[in-house]
Amino acid sequence: MPPNVDRDTCMFCGACVGTCPVNCMLLREVEIQIDETCTDCKLCTRVCPVGALRYT
Amino acid sequence: MTTLNYDVVVVGGGPAGTTAARIAAERGLATLVVEKRQEIGTPVRCGEGMPKSFLRTIGIDPDPEWIAARIKGARLISPCGHEMYINEKMAGSKTGYNIERDLFDKSLARQAVEAGADLRVKTTALGLILEEGVVQGVVLKHLGEVIKVRAPITIGADGFESQVGRWAGIDTTLKPSDITSCLQYRMVGIECDPEYNTFSAGSMAPGGYLWAFPKGPREANVGLGVSLANLKRQGGGEVRAFLDRFIKSRPEYAQGKVVQIVAGGVSVNAPLDRTVTDGLMLVGDSARIIDPMNGGGLAPACVTGKMAAETAAEALSAGDCSADFLQRYDQVRLDQFEDMFLRNYIAKEKMTAMSDEMLDMLVESIKDEQLEELTVLEVLKAVERKHPEFMEELAEFL
Repeated sequence: MPPNVDRDTCMFCGACVGTCPVNCMLLREVEIQIDETCTDCKLCTRVCPVGALRYT
Repeated sequence: MTTLNYDVVVVGGGPAGTTAARIAAERGLATLVVEKRQEIGTPVRCGEGMPKSFLRTIGIDPDPEWIAARIKGARLISPCGHEMYINEKMAGSKTGYNIERDLFDKSLARQAVEAGADLRVKTTALGLILEEGVVQGVVLKHLGEVIKVRAPITIGADGFESQVGRWAGIDTTLKPSDITSCLQYRMVGIECDPEYNTFSAGSMAPGGYLWAFPKGPREANVGLGVSLANLKRQGGGEVRAFLDRFIKSRPEYAQGKVVQIVAGGVSVNAPLDRTVTDGLMLVGDSARIIDPMNGGGLAPACVTGKMAAETAAEALSAGDCSADFLQRYDQVRLDQFEDMFLRNYIAKEKMTAMSDEMLDMLVESIKDEQLEELTVLEVLKAVERKHPEFMEELAEFL
């Protein structure tokens, strides 16, 4: 299960995308896409500088 | 579907991409550079400190248009608050400028276009054109229209979040301890000496460091990087909490207001061996070519952009764009950066392992010493005079 992206908090900086070890994330201009190959490793939720990626 | 033909297509309109595009165009190559965002230079993802010396290498003149402050040295703050100043002479190296990155990026883009490169913003790369394992260009989406761009050379300059390298099968995955999560506020209404960049480290920025880069007498970028290895809380925005705590603890910043928030990931790894494949080269952050000691990526981005463009010109005139030929780019990249970045990688690992007490002791030992030169030997002598009890522990770091 991929985490949720809180669009109100996200800065669209791509820190999560560059960190993802399985490359399941993509940064569009103001959108983070996460596909089904997500392995639930949670690194993206830890690297996010503003806490925009969460499991809620 | 529209198909366009170029000699070189560059994915990413940051400084690495536009430097590559400018040099390629200057060499007479038909060059296109594309940027996914609607505007070159924004949003800024940078501390905006810049060394001077590389500008000559890439053929760019310093321009008051994008210089915000001319820096003379550094102020160091230890975890408990000891302060010291280092000037150019003591450090034995030239300092640089604090810049307006959005204006700098636009200036580089303008110069690429003036050299003859084509530029398209609001243009996302959807994937590579791969034929029998050879990269032959990219598929793009420009303002809703899908366009095929065929080119014997593709340059990936798509930043920390790079896809181009991964699509081509180049492994650019980083381990958590080689990734820092960074956050920065551009603050106004603060107190600062506009000629000195401030640095601090220790438990207030675990595995990384804190900075304040002045943009004027009452304005600075105040930020920090924390190693992903030290970030445990999921979705917690721990980095923001570290930055807010630091600002609150410093009277010169605590009263300031934030006019811009900058976030980003920064790689602090040892240089990668291979960043090319058949028909493709990676430059800048996408090639993970950042000084691991300070996270400075602007200069190596521009320099690798230039190197890749020069290799592209050689490859096209030789009629050989294979990985074997493009290997020349990796060779010049490693010749220039490998020794220094490996040394700085080891230094980073040691620095970030130091306790707050050790950092306090070091700054306290040298702050009043009037050292002519800040060498390891001079520092050791100062520690021996003031805090001989730390010598044994310090030796473990050397």
